[in-house]
Amino acid sequence: MAFALEKQAVAAGLSDSMVPSPFRVQRVRKETYDTFTLELEPANGADGFPFAAGQFNMLYAFGVGEAPISISGDPTKPQTLVHTVRAVGAVTQAICKLKRGDVLGVRGPLGNHWPVEEAVGSDVVIVAGGIGLAPLRPALYHLLSNREEYGRIALVYGARTLQDMLYKPELERWRSLFDLEVKVTVDTAPASYRGNVGVVTTLIPRVQFDPSQTVALVCGPEVMMRFAVRELESQGVEPENIFISMERNMKCAIGLCGHCQFGSAFICKDGPVFCYAEIEPFFAKREI
Amino acid sequence: MAIENLERILGEHPFFKDLKRSHLQLLTGCASNVRFKAGEVIFREGEPANLFYLIRHGTVAVETFAPNRGAVIIQTLGEGDLLGWSWLIEPYRWRFEARAVELTRAVVLDGTCLRGKCEEDHELGYELMRRIAHVIENRLQAARLQLLDVYDGVRS
Repeated sequence: MAFALEKQAVAAGLSDSMVPSPFRVQRVRKETYDTFTLELEPANGADGFPFAAGQFNMLYAFGVGEAPISISGDPTKPQTLVHTVRAVGAVTQAICKLKRGDVLGVRGPLGNHWPVEEAVGSDVVIVAGGIGLAPLRPALYHLLSNREEYGRIALVYGARTLQDMLYKPELERWRSLFDLEVKVTVDTAPASYRGNVGVVTTLIPRVQFDPSQTVALVCGPEVMMRFAVRELESQGVEPENIFISMERNMKCAIGLCGHCQFGSAFICKDGPVFCYAEIEPFFAKREI
Repeated sequence: MAIENLERILGEHPFFKDLKRSHLQLLTGCASNVRFKAGEVIFREGEPANLFYLIRHGTVAVETFAPNRGAVIIQTLGEGDLLGWSWLIEPYRWRFEARAVELTRAVVLDGTCLRGKCEEDHELGYELMRRIAHVIENRLQAARLQLLDVYDGVRS
């Protein structure tokens, strides 16, 4: 079986896709108590690789294992790979313990990307929950660096508490932009908090967009995305214009092993970004 | 002139969108403009609930008090939102506290007056109930999502 898969991979020209390249940690920034942003550069002095907003890499903590992590950096600056990692399992905990100068393995870029080209001329609403902001940040970088090509752009972002919010300095900077509407909310807060409190979906009706000409990009916990999609639809956004980033357990990340099967698709190869209209029939099916 | 302005303001508020003109005129008789300074308490938990508010501008925090945690914000409401439905449901007492987070302008409606009008005009009563049920449904869904604590242990 293993031999057959190897032959299949070689035949498909995928052998390189299974070999991690060494990358060195250049900088680690603590985002929250359990979430860190790592900046990586090729350890062998090679060039970085181009990637599209929404793609991910397999990060390999040597001796521990691999985990799929979304690329959260700027696609126009591919020399430095940026990943925001939440320490929730053995691999991500090991990655979050890495320091400047440490080396880890990188396979990628993998998967498809947010439809930022297709969204040209439209309003764009970005709905992010928790660490779901990380895969969406490259899309926002793209939209902002090509601002004149889009209509209104809105970012709504929800986190559990203020302490759980990612990219706080950057959020403040985005909020100060005149051509980007940013609304942020937390699920719970003490009375001294002066921002929005409530789930992220309650912010969707509060931002300005033309539902008939809007592309929505959604990423966060799956249950949050279900509620977000419902709200976007109730505002009049067509399912064809709603895109969500899905997650399942991944292993090979190149569509061979089947670990991340989602209906008839593999998240790693056919996703992680899906048009909601295409997965609507089985999106909320608990058996899938 | 003031009444005409109030009727226009009510008619433009999302909660009363597309309401019949005759009903709007009835409601205007129970309505007035109000403003709250930042930090001002709008109503307190347990007090009689005889009013409700349509927020025009600003932010209101709906709070409760939890032992060992102090005051906790359950949700914030803003422009276009309705604040308070306890005036419509017995025993007509506020279940939470509401406080203006910033300077807030709203239209306040006299719930006692409205209850009387709803008794007299069941079509108006149904229309109000239908709209408030929609608000309650949305808030219930949001509260359920909050309860799920969805951000625990998710993706990187």
